[in-house]
Parts: sequence; structure tokens; C-alpha cells
Amino acid sequence: MQLAVFALFALLSLVSAVVVVAHKNAVYSTMSLVVVLVSSAALFVLLGAPFIATLQVLVYAGAIVVLFLFVIMLLNLGRENATGEAEAPRGSGQKWGTILGAGVFAGTLLALIWRTYGSDSLEPLQAEAVATKPLATLLFSNYILAFEVIGLLLLVAVVAASVVARRVGSAGEAEAEKEG
Amino acid sequence: MSVDLTAALLKIALFLAFFLGTLAPIMVWVERRACALIQDRPGPNRLGPWGLLQPLADALKFIFKEDITPTEVEKPLFLLAPVLAMLPALSTFVVLPFGPPIEVGGRVHNLVVADVESGVLLFLALSSLGVYALVSAGYSSNNKFSLLGSIRASAQLISYELALTLAVLGVLLPVGTFRLDAVVAYQQEHLWNAVPQAIGFLVFLVAMFAETNRTPFDLPEAESELVAGYHTEYSAMRFAAFMAAEYINMAALSALCATLYLGGWKLPFLNPPSGPWALTALVSFSGLAVKVILFMCLFVWVRWTLPRFRYDQLMRLGWKVLLPLSIVNLLWVAVATLQGWM
Repeated sequence: MQLAVFALFALLSLVSAVVVVAHKNAVYSTMSLVVVLVSSAALFVLLGAPFIATLQVLVYAGAIVVLFLFVIMLLNLGRENATGEAEAPRGSGQKWGTILGAGVFAGTLLALIWRTYGSDSLEPLQAEAVATKPLATLLFSNYILAFEVIGLLLLVAVVAASVVARRVGSAGEAEAEKEG
Repeated sequence: MSVDLTAALLKIALFLAFFLGTLAPIMVWVERRACALIQDRPGPNRLGPWGLLQPLADALKFIFKEDITPTEVEKPLFLLAPVLAMLPALSTFVVLPFGPPIEVGGRVHNLVVADVESGVLLFLALSSLGVYALVSAGYSSNNKFSLLGSIRASAQLISYELALTLAVLGVLLPVGTFRLDAVVAYQQEHLWNAVPQAIGFLVFLVAMFAETNRTPFDLPEAESELVAGYHTEYSAMRFAAFMAAEYINMAALSALCATLYLGGWKLPFLNPPSGPWALTALVSFSGLAVKVILFMCLFVWVRWTLPRFRYDQLMRLGWKVLLPLSIVNLLWVAVATLQGWM
């Protein structure tokens, strides 16, 4: 039973992950990304970490990917790419970028597989370790520095985004100041 | 069939019978009659006593109408969207507790469908998936009005989800767990959360209207500018699915609001009878149902009383009023919890 559920969701997430990369229409790619996220949340539940699964759906599928879709629809990317009219020119930079990205991904994946199967020092995941309270305790004791740095990073991103959106000296700013 | 499975199926059947089978059709009738009352006209009053059979006629009409799929739509997404709308609507209620633990045949059952640790987070996660239905409906319809409606929907839902979640956090802080039955138990020992956390309650209430796309925040389907917004191109049962999903979402969020702020299934001065288990379960469920119905009437009352917001007003309210208010509420609860006042 457990194996069947695992097989179902593992297959679903693999197939949808391929669709994310391969589909021509950006909207379909994003919708497949949601399927990937939800089915990997199901895998988290199978691992005995329902809290992490819930957060995965809440944060990634429920908020971040919605913003992806929002931008795609606002710029109306999906349809133009589907008809092949506004295809971006493919230079050699893009080719090398693709190769580099794929290389980094494959290297990380290999390292992870090596670490999991190459040694028997890693213990299986304990359900108690990924429950809400122990997780919070870990975040605010052992990993407090990393946690705070990530918070700072997000703040920097927010400030940067609002600076970019401001467009200094344009008519929009004068109007905004008049309003404020 | 195992005992657990039977119990879970019974609980699901109870919720579906109430939400889908009773509340949704009755609310359609209440909406039309209350609207007529407010606008000083009789409303649908021909079919059955006080027009009560009108929802049945409406449903039959939806079933027998021609189901049109326009030729230029993105077919897979277009057909999937109503399903995506129903899916979160029909699954969020699983974490709502509706009574005290009951003992059946020597075993104790908690009166909640999915008795999980991450309780209220699961509710928020499932309901946050509802936006994909609106977005894919709007995009796949290949229609400017639909697209504008769904762009509005995604921005609005994301903005108000933030304030809503922070308000929920305020409730969870003194309880110390995500479990909703613990929230109900906490309110039996203390005051209802709506009293000490009046600001949070207000923020939740306003965000609830925005999350369910109800007037005064129904900009994704604003009929005076966008025809019908994201479901312009839908007809027959597919359109009915969107409408039913809206009503069920309203009911589910009302039930969550009642659980978080108004004591859940517990009615004041009334304890569920400790007789046969079925009686206990039904009586405590009706406690929750009464509160849900009160909220639904509030939804209808507000819809026919207040005019629609402008979109920039909607965004300003969400980001510059509700979000700071919910943070103020969170700070107040944190201080009060630390001082032992709560």
C-alpha cells in the first residue's frame, strides 16, 4: 500500500517535472510545477513529516507559484510562446548557461545520492525530529544564525524590489508623491 | 470495512450533507430573497412555500442547459478549472472539529475528520490552492475579461491571505499548537477569542470576504466592468460548479472563523447531551452549524448593503490597513501571553 502510494506520487512528480521544463506554454509549465510541489508534499507525508508537507503546499504551491502565474499572465507570455511568434533568440550564452546549470544540478544530485547510499552513517528520519516543536527549537537554537541571515536576505530582496519599482524621476513618482 | 474508515466516512458524509446538500441551496434562496427584501421587491416566491423550492428548479435548469465549450479556449485547462474550484472547497472542512470526543463501542473518537497535528495550517494550505481554479479558468477562456478577472483574483487572494494568516497566528499563540480542537478547548476555559483579540477578529472577517470574492471585494467577477470575470465563458453545470464552490468556501471559512474566534461547536450555556453518541455528535454539530449560518447571513447582508471597492482601494486596504492591524494584534497577543493575561 505504502509502496503503491509512493510509486504513484514519485511518478507523478517526475513526469510533471519533465513537463515543467519541456512544455512550450509557460502557463502549463507553471501548473505542472504545482503538481510537482503537491506530489512531493505527499512524499513528505509518507516520510512521516506532515508539518513540512503542509508548509510546502502553503508556501510554495499556495503563494510563490501563484506569483509566478501572476507575472506570466500579466506579461501574457504563455500564448505568444505557444504560437512560436515571439521566441527569444538563442545565442551561445544561453547554450553554455544551460550546460552549466544542468552540470551543477547533476553534480548536486550525484553528491546527494552518494551521501545517502555510499555510507551508512546517516540515520533514517525520525518523526519526532520533524514535528512542529522540535523543528522550531532547532531553528531557534542550532540554526539561529542561518535563520536570521535568511530573514535579512528576504528583507534586502524586498527593498531592492521596491527600489526597482520606484523608477526615479519618472512621471509615476511625481504622481505618487502628489497623492501621498 | 474497518472502524476508522467507517467513522471517517460518516464524518465526511455529515459535512457534505450540511455544506453541499443543505447550506448551499438554502443560501442561494436566502441570497435572492434577502436581496429582494433589501431592494423592496418580492423575489422568487412562486415555487413551494415562500419560494423554498426555487434552488431545486435552479439546479435542474443548470443540469439541462447546453454545456458550451467555446472553440478558441485552451481545452485541457478550461475543462479542469471547475474541478480545481471544487477540490479545495470540498476538502478544507476535514480539519474542523465539531464536538467533544465521543466513545463508540469502547473506542474514543475525536469529532474531526483528519486528526492531524498541523490542523489549521492544512486548512490554509488547501484553501490557498483555490486560486488556481480562478487563474486557469481566466487564462484558458481566451477572453480579455476573463484574463483581467483572474489577474485581479490572484493579486487579491495573495494580498489578503497574508493578513488572514497573521490573524490566525494571533489565535494560535496563547494555545501553543496548530490543533483546532485545542483552540476550542482553550476558549471554553477562557473568553471567546473574539473578545481579547477583537482586532484580529475584525481583520479575519474582512479578509474572509476578500478570500471568497464576495462583495464589497468581488472585483474578479465585477459584472459592471468585466461581464462575469473569470467565469464569463462557462455555462450550465461548469458555471454551477464555480458558484457552488464559492458558497462552500464561504461556509468553510465561516466555520473556521467560528472555531477560531467564537468558541467553535460550543454554544454558550448549552452542553451537548451525554446520551447516545449519535445525539451528542449531531447536537454539537448543530452548534457549529448555527454559527456558520449566522456568518452566511452576514455575507448576504453585506453584499446587498455595501457597494464594490475600487481596485486601488482594495489593495490599499489590504496592505496598508489590514496587514499592520494584524501585526499590531499579533504583538498585543504576544505581550499578553508573556505576561500571563491570556
